[in-house]
Amino acid sequence: MVQDLLESSAGLMNFSIFFVLAVVLLFVILGFVTMAILAERKVLGFMQGRYGPSHVGGKWGLLQSVADVVKLLVKEDLIPKAADKPLFIIAPVIAFAPSFMVMATIPLTDKLQFADLNVGFLYYIAISGLTIVGMLMAGWASNNKYSLLGGMRAAAQMISYEIPLVMSVLGIVLLTGSLNLNEIVAAQGDNGWFILWQPIAFIVFFIAATAELNRVPFDLAEAENELVAGFHTEYSGFRWAMFMLAEYVYMFAMSALITVLFLGGWLPLPFLGFIPGAVWFALKFSLVVYILIWFRATFPRIRADQLMEFAWKVLLPVALANIFLTALIKEFFLK
Amino acid sequence: MIRTEEMLLNVGPQHPSTHGVFRLVLKIDGEIIVEAKPVIGYLHRGTEKLAEDLQYTQIIPYTDRMDYVSAMTNNYVIVHAVETMMGLQVPERAEYLRILAMELNRVASHLLWWGTFILDFGATSPLLYAFRDREMILNLLNELSGARLTFNYMRVGGVKWDAPEGWIEKVADFVPYLRGQLKGYHQLVSGNEIFLNRTKNIGTYSKEDAINYSLSGPNLRSTGVKWDLRKDEPYSIYDRFDFDVVTREEGDALARYHVRMGEIVESLKIIEQAVQQFPKDGEIIAKVPKIIKAPKGEAFVRIEGSRGEIGCYISSDGKKEPYRLKFRRPSFYNLQILPKLLEGESISNLIAILGAVDIVLGEVDG
Repeated sequence: MVQDLLESSAGLMNFSIFFVLAVVLLFVILGFVTMAILAERKVLGFMQGRYGPSHVGGKWGLLQSVADVVKLLVKEDLIPKAADKPLFIIAPVIAFAPSFMVMATIPLTDKLQFADLNVGFLYYIAISGLTIVGMLMAGWASNNKYSLLGGMRAAAQMISYEIPLVMSVLGIVLLTGSLNLNEIVAAQGDNGWFILWQPIAFIVFFIAATAELNRVPFDLAEAENELVAGFHTEYSGFRWAMFMLAEYVYMFAMSALITVLFLGGWLPLPFLGFIPGAVWFALKFSLVVYILIWFRATFPRIRADQLMEFAWKVLLPVALANIFLTALIKEFFLK
Repeated sequence: MIRTEEMLLNVGPQHPSTHGVFRLVLKIDGEIIVEAKPVIGYLHRGTEKLAEDLQYTQIIPYTDRMDYVSAMTNNYVIVHAVETMMGLQVPERAEYLRILAMELNRVASHLLWWGTFILDFGATSPLLYAFRDREMILNLLNELSGARLTFNYMRVGGVKWDAPEGWIEKVADFVPYLRGQLKGYHQLVSGNEIFLNRTKNIGTYSKEDAINYSLSGPNLRSTGVKWDLRKDEPYSIYDRFDFDVVTREEGDALARYHVRMGEIVESLKIIEQAVQQFPKDGEIIAKVPKIIKAPKGEAFVRIEGSRGEIGCYISSDGKKEPYRLKFRRPSFYNLQILPKLLEGESISNLIAILGAVDIVLGEVDG
């Protein structure tokens, strides 16, 4: 449906349909984010021998995140005197907007996808790379030394880890001959999930993705024990919430991407085809999110220089070797 | 060559990783520390001066607030100093209660250090595990003294309260429980590659440096110096227990980690033996006059606290207040080596180095 709209001529009607769809997607994602934050806190609580949120909104603290968001919305809007005001205001928007834009290409099921681009994967990487501009802006505009250090760290980290991230997926691209996420999932239906075909790529991708998401053990940009709060030290209220929101939406997007690339997207396990694709997607996706939360409960933070070394000296060579290996296998065995 | 500017960065006094109100003025080049200058005194309360107007029993609560993480040892050093001057014989049961309280407190102190040290590296779970187990110790000490942190438990000549019914059994049950938990701690943290990367060969100093900077406690023993006052100058009844002095040779942050983890095990050994030898009945406080007056003269005693050697010097002119009181506060001395260690390190390592020193600001500032 969306595809037809994209190809039709521009008009007020088409525009409003697009607008409504986008707003619906935004609310679905926001709804997810509030639940994801609650889930993260509950799972962390479970792993750390405590309860997590339990009061607001009944038994399980169901409305805790909602209450948090409301609190952030009504909070006083603070801008430091010495800050670069226009940059300070626009930075959270620049960081947040791409996180929502990348959602467009993710095929949630074979029918539900907003834009079936032929360069879907490249689109994701290119757009998500924009967020770093927002972070760096925030770090610079705050006029705070901790923010600046945090912004620098974030920039260095994101740029370094994007390379192994892309390289690890090239193996899949070689096997399927397409960058289209829909076709990548379809290829897994014929041959089995790529986590089986590309285990090395999966591990590299997962590690690089965690780093891209700025999550433990790669959450250097906001290492509160070293840099207070990193690039958003000076932010509060809803501007701060935008950064957090961006982070969680990316977590959603990246988990969805991992599901699509390696776990067969909406495809069911054998003999369980009667369960609808959307449920399968949700299950696999939740598993990835759970593992990310599990990481957070387990690992200490890696050091900045070790982080860089790890990206350039370990992940990148491994990813390159994986491409070479995949090419060999494809050439000699899969002809 | 790119021209880079040095930047002045104030770490603290309000900073999540300074473990209190400690301030470090850093000159940094990028993330590399060129010069570090510690600024202390934000928590200075003048304990020593205040003590000159207080009776000896009244000084004890002030010592609680010096090293508030391990208050029992501070309690002990002041009463030990006065007892030494007066030549008092402390009853057997009181000695055992003191040992149990001090060793439990040492375990609690090391657990808190363990949790916060790993937290400095960004891992949140160990902190909660450590606090869960420390909570049990605090509950035990609470039953004993009526307070969870500032115990005010010891008195000149003995202790204030006898152990409540069933307390000794609870302590006995706690020892195997914590031993089991420690296994889990080691599994979670000690072998973690990231943790090892962040502590191995970080903040290394030599045996000579440690002695020259008059470091003590785990900070000294991590360089291979086998020096523990409980063993080398036994006070109280420490000579009755069989335990080892844990040492490591490397002198880095990881060595300090292992020394402290080892000390928890050794303290548990002492607690276990003390529970077995615990006398069935007896006095808990010696016969002391209502108003305690130390005889004219001076005395210096030192004991092995959780963080190092705690010393107490009393100069008395025979009145009910001391003429001059001086504490040797181990955190203050241990902190002195920090500027030397920090030079040329990155900000991430700063956290590891400062964390491994294990300071309590109440003690540093006195």
